[in-house]
Amino acid sequence: MTTTGASAQTKTGAGVIPAPGTVPAITVEGEGYSGDALLFAPLTLTLPAGRWTGLLGASGVGKSTLLRVIAGLETGVRFIGQVRVSDGLPLAGRVALMAQSDLLVPWRDILGNVTIGATLRGARADRDRAMALLERVGLADHARKRPHMLSGGQRQRAALARTLMEDRPVILLDEPFSALDARMRAEMQELAGELLAGRTVLLVTHEPAEAARLSHAAWLMHARGLEALELPQTPPVRDLEDPAFLSAQAALFRRLRARDPGVPERAGEGA
Amino acid sequence: MELAALRRSAPFLRGLAVFAFAIALWQGIVWGTGVPHFILPGPERVWRALINSHAMILDNAWITFAQILTGLVLGATLGVVTALQLAMSPLARLVMRPILVFAQAIPIFALAPILTLWLGYGMGSKIVMVILIIYFPVASSFFDGLMRTPRGWLDLAQVMGASPNRAIFWLRAPHALPSLASGLRLAAVYAPFGAVIGEWVGASKGLGYLMLLANGRAQTDLMFAALFVLAAFTVLLYLAIDRAAAALTARFTEPSG
Repeated sequence: MTTTGASAQTKTGAGVIPAPGTVPAITVEGEGYSGDALLFAPLTLTLPAGRWTGLLGASGVGKSTLLRVIAGLETGVRFIGQVRVSDGLPLAGRVALMAQSDLLVPWRDILGNVTIGATLRGARADRDRAMALLERVGLADHARKRPHMLSGGQRQRAALARTLMEDRPVILLDEPFSALDARMRAEMQELAGELLAGRTVLLVTHEPAEAARLSHAAWLMHARGLEALELPQTPPVRDLEDPAFLSAQAALFRRLRARDPGVPERAGEGA
Repeated sequence: MELAALRRSAPFLRGLAVFAFAIALWQGIVWGTGVPHFILPGPERVWRALINSHAMILDNAWITFAQILTGLVLGATLGVVTALQLAMSPLARLVMRPILVFAQAIPIFALAPILTLWLGYGMGSKIVMVILIIYFPVASSFFDGLMRTPRGWLDLAQVMGASPNRAIFWLRAPHALPSLASGLRLAAVYAPFGAVIGEWVGASKGLGYLMLLANGRAQTDLMFAALFVLAAFTVLLYLAIDRAAAALTARFTEPSG
């Protein structure tokens, strides 16, 4: 895989690390109902400015609902509560989204996919910056290819370049690496951790290892609310062989299983 | 004949072989039954009618082709505009959808006499007939495609700050083009029906008119000749649109495998 050089960092300059002070902290508080049934009890999730916050939990517990509430998207869940932003300004236009699916459109080449945000806003795309970002994620040679010619890992890197292209201070990641194989996932985690540093990031994941590797702080979400998880003191992205990371990951996994007694025994058969 | 060998051969050659077989079968029936030529003329007789009357057939064919193509272009355009309008406006959907469902239940063929009454014996009534026949398949297939945009793309567009109209233009419409392509394939098959039925009901020119005229004079060979010209045109039209539709689909979808 291509390593991301220091020269590219200076080249893309302001695009990669947002100016401090422009990055808000976010607090979302409220409760979720599916029809009349309680989905999750009142909770408060705070995303500190410029930090990665991991949100773990079983599927269907409402992690993505919280993410969609912050993104201002429809949730399909009745959410009663509010989103507060530290600088008091609206969040619209300050959020970028990256999902499990790369969401590349098949009729545009990779460069066209990276610049699609400008197209969708009716603005002129800064192609030089897009090329610099593609270089940054190691896809400069693939700029003119259409998505189907790329591997899953390359496509997800293109999605990361598209996310960076938006240059938003708040990044919402909805299980962005879960469709990748183990090696690709580790590489993407490192790349994303490096390139999204300094932004307010919410990482929704069902992978204890991912939360333990990338987050400054992590929470376990369940029907009764949020539970703080213990993470190593070292800054993310943590080394895969770091013993502190490994034991944190094991502890997280234990907590995750303890939350759903009875389920783990059958989960193996179902999958 | 080996089936596998047949399947391997080029589609064009295969088509030609099937065609030759059909002609031979036809000739065989004519010889075998001794049916009079004004009931069923043999292929050779039809071919002679085609050659002898080619000026007259061409003269009439040109009118029919023009009606089909004009109706196709106008009907497809109208269908595309309707689908976009429906996709853009929930109000339009609310009002138009029941109308569309109701309109689809009307047998369009039954409207041909009324159209002739209103628009006369000229090309106008036939073009409107073609438009009406292809409008619904084109509009509904494209609209279905527009409403099936993956949720993730719409989320992304919303977070990126796209206006709904830009999202339609840059995401939903391109994604729906393969659906439109299948609607256009149907349109290519239906359009000639529309023109010919319009001509049967009342016209002073065109292949449908010629067929009716030849039938009235027991010139069955001429009738068949006109029918073949119409069939050949329909096949060519379908192949052309199918090619274009396949290219469109390839361009706008992810190749599988």
